Amino acid sequence: MVDESAVNGAKTPVGRRMFLGLLALGAAGVAFGASVQNFVGNKLGSGLASLLPGGDHFRIYSITGTYPSISTAKYQLKVSGLVDQPMTLSYADLQALPSIEIVKAFQCVTGWRVPNVHWKGVTLSHILEMAGVHGDAVAVSFESYDGADSESLSIDQAHLADVIVAYEMYGATVSREHGGPVRLVVPEMYGYKSLKWLSGIRVMDEQLVGYWEQNGYPVNGWLDGSTGLTNPSPNLS
Amino acid sequence: MVRLLRFDAVQRFVHWINALLFGVLIFTGIPLYFGSFFGVLFPRHVIQEIHLWSGIFLPLPILVSLLGPWGHRMRQDLHRCSYWTRSELRWLRTFGRERITFDKFNPGQKANALFVGAGIIIMWATGYILQWFRFFPVSWREGATVTHDFFAFAFFVIVAGHVIMALSHREAMVSMLNGQVSEEWAEKNAKEWADEELPAK
Repeated sequence: MVDESAVNGAKTPVGRRMFLGLLALGAAGVAFGASVQNFVGNKLGSGLASLLPGGDHFRIYSITGTYPSISTAKYQLKVSGLVDQPMTLSYADLQALPSIEIVKAFQCVTGWRVPNVHWKGVTLSHILEMAGVHGDAVAVSFESYDGADSESLSIDQAHLADVIVAYEMYGATVSREHGGPVRLVVPEMYGYKSLKWLSGIRVMDEQLVGYWEQNGYPVNGWLDGSTGLTNPSPNLS
Repeated sequence: MVRLLRFDAVQRFVHWINALLFGVLIFTGIPLYFGSFFGVLFPRHVIQEIHLWSGIFLPLPILVSLLGPWGHRMRQDLHRCSYWTRSELRWLRTFGRERITFDKFNPGQKANALFVGAGIIIMWATGYILQWFRFFPVSWREGATVTHDFFAFAFFVIVAGHVIMALSHREAMVSMLNGQVSEEWAEKNAKEWADEELPAK
């Protein structure tokens, strides 16, 4: 009994171990958090997983601090620049064009990722084909209703089969906070390339350095490990 | 009536600076996480800057108070949190069902302090990766996002629990304002410490 109480009273640096254990947990979170998140996301489906802290979850960014509000009735997409046929497309015009649906992960350059996002829209290449791109065009730039954001793709990137002008997300009109009613979706690149509140498409003879690129992000925002084009734009990376 | 000094001025000052920073971090963190809240009071980039700078400075008060010549009591209490007896561990494991005599801090308080300490380091490091993400591979950025969110949630629960416990233990809470507790309080809630402080009894 005396021994027992002596053991009970003896102090060991348990607290220090707890502290170091927590730090190890944090480090493991950084190292393996991505795989754990993907695993949990696959088990639960992204709907349920989005309710968990750190789960698949869109972070809504805006450059201006507000979201532009454009109704589908008033929406207009201007296609201009080096094209035979400049045009203005309404939301209904877009809906009437041949559409494709894609299901892709949305990956932000800052580290969050939402798997299996459903998009529906018109391929950018189809719109460019309708407008008739001039032979001297090298890039396509994009303007936003927020008046601040801008983006660009090389002409080759713009013709990738999964680059779309999206008007539906998860089966409904793209919501205001997700860049609706119409946004660009470039699934093989980081999210900042998928410009929100798309208002204009301009075909140009030089590649514009967009808002986020001026702030230090790469012009060619390929996801790591993505193949895409082998050498998308050698003079601009 | 004998009064015992539970927290000196340095400790109280650090506690309230910390509380302020945590408050700011939580109230700016919520709209950053739930995008739909933002723009209600401030534009997002303002909230983001406030969150970033409060986060950068968060470890500073504790570090300065621990390392400076004024940190004698901080270091003493840190030592108390580091060293545990077996019965303290059992108390924690049984959620306080086992009756033991308490040190200056009960095992729950010790665990809370350790969590906050380690959590600050984790939040700082993962926050650093999120802010200066360019220097880290994508899988780290993702991992840092998950970890930052997870610990933010844990902090939210722990801070809420801390505030509830403080409000329901008035004398303990008031000692974070005036530094002192009564002998009766110490005999009841921190017997071993009371015995150290009052050896003559």
